[in-house]
Amino acid sequence: MKLNRRRFLGTATLATAALSAPAVLGQTRPRVVVIGGGSGGGTVARYIAKDSDGAVDVTLIEPSRRYYTCYFSNLYLGGFWEYDALGHDYGNIARTGVNVIHDWAVGVDRDAKTVALASGESVPYDRLVVAPGIDFVEGSVPGWNVSQQSLMPHAYKSGTQVQLLKHQIENMREGGLFVMVAPPNPYRCPPGPGERISMVAHMLSESNPTAKILIVDPKENYSKQALFEEGWERHYPGMVTRIGPDFGGANVEVRPESMEVVIDGEVEQADVCNVIPAQKAGKIAELAGLTADSGWAPVTPADMRSRMDENVFVLGDASAQGDMPKSGFSANSQAKVVANVIRHELTGSRLFPARYSNTCWSLIATDDGVKVGANYEPTDEKIASVSSFISQTGEDADLRRQTYEESIGWYNGIVADIFG
Amino acid sequence: MGVKVKLRLVLTFCIGVALTPMQAFSQAAPIGDASAGSDVYRRECASCHQIGEGAVHRIGPHLNRIFDRGAGSHSDFRYSDALLRQGRDGLKWDLRRLDAYIENPRALVSGTRMSYRGLSDAQRRADLIAYMRVYSDQPQNIPEASPTAIMREVDLPEAVLAIEGDIEYGEFLSSECTTCHQRTGSDAGIPGIVGWPEEDFVVAMHAYKQKLRPHAVMQSVAARLDDEEIAALAAYFRAIARQ
Repeated sequence: MKLNRRRFLGTATLATAALSAPAVLGQTRPRVVVIGGGSGGGTVARYIAKDSDGAVDVTLIEPSRRYYTCYFSNLYLGGFWEYDALGHDYGNIARTGVNVIHDWAVGVDRDAKTVALASGESVPYDRLVVAPGIDFVEGSVPGWNVSQQSLMPHAYKSGTQVQLLKHQIENMREGGLFVMVAPPNPYRCPPGPGERISMVAHMLSESNPTAKILIVDPKENYSKQALFEEGWERHYPGMVTRIGPDFGGANVEVRPESMEVVIDGEVEQADVCNVIPAQKAGKIAELAGLTADSGWAPVTPADMRSRMDENVFVLGDASAQGDMPKSGFSANSQAKVVANVIRHELTGSRLFPARYSNTCWSLIATDDGVKVGANYEPTDEKIASVSSFISQTGEDADLRRQTYEESIGWYNGIVADIFG
Repeated sequence: MGVKVKLRLVLTFCIGVALTPMQAFSQAAPIGDASAGSDVYRRECASCHQIGEGAVHRIGPHLNRIFDRGAGSHSDFRYSDALLRQGRDGLKWDLRRLDAYIENPRALVSGTRMSYRGLSDAQRRADLIAYMRVYSDQPQNIPEASPTAIMREVDLPEAVLAIEGDIEYGEFLSSECTTCHQRTGSDAGIPGIVGWPEEDFVVAMHAYKQKLRPHAVMQSVAARLDDEEIAALAAYFRAIARQ
């Protein structure tokens, strides 16, 4: 018999199945498919594979071969972190027994329980985890769409967009104007825009000290506001101005071709403009029919299970769960709960009560780090904040340096937890 | 704390009623019932205070974003000297302070101009405060904002301190630790915790829990670990060093 490729694969699969067949004949290993290899998806895939010791067949679908973290991308912008150090590949996740497929998930058939890939293949699942992060709401900043991201970068999904923004700031004319159009709630990484302003101010104060920074913000207030404002006044006096909703911060239009920003009818000429649009769940969550009118995917608080489908879980930024901020730390924390629940359902392992937590560190200037964090517990209605803490204004330099060093320890810890 | 809402100890463990598995665990308790609270608000507060979109000062200041606000901090409202003084002394409105103030305004701020007799029914206060909480900052957007639920409290007798740690449970719990403390035991930036003698580990965690040790993240982590969980973690981190 002539072996063609298809037949060979078929035979090989059969042989493998026969070798690894469990005691119950004909029963295959339960299958978990994870869409998205970030802090939520990477963690859940790895934890299920690691803790089930091969009893669960785990597939991770992620288009990128190298993942660049959003967290610490602001530090790269400020010159405190190397670009390459933001990147992580999937080799170690694969070595824990996860089948990593580098492709786009383009659809989910929830009746047939299959995920369609851009390649045309279809991947079956018993439990599906959807962790696609964010997408931008089209038209949320009039005049801007994704096709103009090279003129006015969002730089809010890490990677080359952040490199581009850094390049533009480095090449800004002397005394030029940097404008940030800040996003409305809810958005990824609540202290992210404030930290970015700090890092841009740090860069400019060294290379272009007469430059100015303008924040156009539709929100009345934002996370760590008092800490950032104190830090900007101390380290970068007179450089940063913020226009909130009282003065038209919610009424903004951009003209990328002419680099103009129109704030409540007044035209500002920008030299660099960072547009961070309104956000929603990553597209595949919507395609899979998991999102609500809000654009986010509602989940049950105790286990992150989709309210639309009991075989599907939604993790991280894409989920609407209640009080947890959209952050890598949150996604990693939620992933461990989901891994425990899925293993319990598929292999009968012990089920433990959900524990959720988050801490967000931000760097304001050299050795001046601050943090905010909270613990969360599920109620019937949502994941609720039950206690929180935040760095205080007026803290001494030693404590701020320790907080910064702690943030580096955290970064190394979480990427080791996911990719190490 | 005045706001006492009975914790729901779901008894499905014992009686074996088939529910989805996660419901078998006790959960954090909501502050109160916000929809019941809106009736309380209308009856008790609305004649003087506005709340919600477009709210402005009337006889009393509007109550949007009252949580985490300093007492007497609206520059465009005329407060009593007593309330302004309390604000300067650092009085901030949180769950506990609002509860005390609504229960008996003069007990918290002697010279307050708020002529309100107080609300003695704890459940109605809890519902009212849950309603008011809706119009303040949401933790999803402002993580440092006031909590929106009351932590599950676990009381264990002293004797449980001697408990032998459940290594498997410790392994599960440890995933929260290893977000920062590396499993390799590396201590760059964040101290290594692998291989600690169990007793030291337990003592240290209780010191954080009692806020004797000063680190905010660790206090927060330890605050909700019970004795058994601390023992489980101690046993696990000891065990992985032996491997």
